[in-house]
Amino acid sequence: MSDRPAASLRLDSPLRLISSLRLDSPARAAGAVLLLAAVAGPLWLTDFWLQAGLFAMAAAVGAIGLTLLVGVAGQLSLGHAFFLGVGAYTYTLLAGEREDGMSGFGLPPVAALLAAAAVAGAAGAAFSPIAGRLRGIYLGLASLGLVFLGRHVWLNAEDVTGGYNGRTVEAFAVPGFSFSDEDPDYLAVLGTPFGELHRLWYLFLAVALLAAYCGRGIKAGRAGRAMAGVRDGETAAASVGIRVARVKATAFTVSSVYAGVAGALTALAFGRVAPDSFALTVSIDYLVMIVLGGAGSIAGASAGAVFVSVLPLMLVQYSAHLPFLSAPGSGGVDAATLSRFVYGVAIVAVLIFLRGGLAGALRHLGIRTARAGRPSRPARPAERSTPKESAP
Amino acid sequence: MSYLLTQLVNGVSLGLVLGLIAVGFVVVFKSTGVLNFAHGSVLLLGAYLVARLHPELGFWGALAAGVAGAALVAALINTLLVRRVAEHDPGVLAILTIGVDILLLTELTRQIGNDVLDIGAPWGASVVGAAGVSLPASRAIAAGTAVVLFAALGALAARTDWGLAMRAAAADPDTASLMGIRLSRTSAVGWGLAGALAAVAGVFLTSYPTPGVEPGVSVVAFAAIPAWVLGGFDSVPGAVAGGLVIGVAQALAIGYESELHFLGGGFGEVVPYAVMVLVLLLRPHGLFGQKEAIRV
Repeated sequence: MSDRPAASLRLDSPLRLISSLRLDSPARAAGAVLLLAAVAGPLWLTDFWLQAGLFAMAAAVGAIGLTLLVGVAGQLSLGHAFFLGVGAYTYTLLAGEREDGMSGFGLPPVAALLAAAAVAGAAGAAFSPIAGRLRGIYLGLASLGLVFLGRHVWLNAEDVTGGYNGRTVEAFAVPGFSFSDEDPDYLAVLGTPFGELHRLWYLFLAVALLAAYCGRGIKAGRAGRAMAGVRDGETAAASVGIRVARVKATAFTVSSVYAGVAGALTALAFGRVAPDSFALTVSIDYLVMIVLGGAGSIAGASAGAVFVSVLPLMLVQYSAHLPFLSAPGSGGVDAATLSRFVYGVAIVAVLIFLRGGLAGALRHLGIRTARAGRPSRPARPAERSTPKESAP
Repeated sequence: MSYLLTQLVNGVSLGLVLGLIAVGFVVVFKSTGVLNFAHGSVLLLGAYLVARLHPELGFWGALAAGVAGAALVAALINTLLVRRVAEHDPGVLAILTIGVDILLLTELTRQIGNDVLDIGAPWGASVVGAAGVSLPASRAIAAGTAVVLFAALGALAARTDWGLAMRAAAADPDTASLMGIRLSRTSAVGWGLAGALAAVAGVFLTSYPTPGVEPGVSVVAFAAIPAWVLGGFDSVPGAVAGGLVIGVAQALAIGYESELHFLGGGFGEVVPYAVMVLVLLLRPHGLFGQKEAIRV
């Protein structure tokens, strides 16, 4: 330990400024690089990658919400797609205009987005009497019912949802600026024309960062520790004064708010909502995202979201370059089939070989390199629970 | 009156087939604590094997091969994959089976393509009728087969050493293991049994009046999940009863769809889930489930 202060004293001031960002840990440095790449993304990415990025960021918001519920609070939910759908349809209904026999309220899109979060949260709160009484797979199966009931409502409430074919989604806008190809009609940054995808990219990035920031706060705060207590043992949690049913209801509501926002973002990214976007497979995809990333990890959920949403798009887009793929319907392995295979193998392999998902694997790797390398960096006290935090 | 009776009889026969699937869920859950999402694709595998092999082996030979194949694959899923997972958390295990389901279903979809394969059942499209009630022969045979299988299952569990080992392992795996019961064997048998039952159900679900073997059949297994939940997760008679409730409710909702139009078109498909949510609201542990006692 004695050699470390000497080393850091030799740093001159610009380096000290950089080191004050605490980029010393590989995770933080990687995060900073990723953030820079994300901010600069629209300058050099093609439309295909921009579109994929929008889906990935929307999914990341939803996955963070689900990891708070499933990973932190330990409540298995197969109903996430339902809450995504509630958010998407609320946004579409409130922001949409009344036309072609469709209902619409023509509200400002910002208000519609906030309402989407609120309505989805209310739906989660309304489900929580059931959630509070059930646990484990009982809860997961009850929430499975929500997906099918929701789909039934969406297929039948045609004047709100457009039925099976869905309806178009009003573009997002703030006063004086629209996140579409119009108003301003032409906008260029550093020579790159900024159209709908470019503009939405920054909206999505901001929302995703806010979601991750709030998610970390919830997880580390009082509410998150109560949730972890409920996850690790309901009886033990109750015996130290945690109100189990209320914590479960909170977890469900918070996760539904996230899902509502994610649903509205997904609707914006697609430009259209249809019931098939919120089927059971979507619930399952979100579960896969958080399990691949490592349940309970915010960064892991985001990484899982990127993997699950970008992989199929990428394989289909670049299938012409993969020689062993055959055309769809010819009986061989086509791109869509290959992406399902890769997806299935990834799930099975991660669960069997990587304990704790990608986040867990990275953590183990970090510990191993720290042990193998120099006298390791000391554990920062801020990451452990400090006396102030753990005081009741 | 005879219309109502026809719907009821149809519902009971459908319910017994759903019961076959739901009992598979129960057996897997009791022997390994896993919510098995791969059940639907194992069912499809069984039906697919029968449809592909019946021109060569004849229907009965193909049926035996399909049942054996589905049982073997289910047992292998348990032995090779489920038992290798380090975290014995129900959520993680459920997602593992989702991964397996995706792999199996993708391969079967690729093999089947856009075809609808004929199951080649000897009873074909014949219809039996009595007292003004008519029923497809396949449904009547399905009901009879299911009742026989349930009785056989009950007798096996109650009267054989093998059944005793299964029940002991389900009641308390650690103690059973200490008493010399091989958990690897009981869990493989449980999964294999579930696979065999699923294959039988798959044959009935793909014979007349349904068109045949196509990838969508695996989704039907999901309709058995409400039946399983209604029965209370760990009770075989409960799963059968749950299947009957769901089957009758669904048949009635489809039979009287025009009167139920205010509930929206296609309500029959969501009836199982509506019933499940209602029952869970009133009885959180299902109709037959035992309330978990918590010891501190």
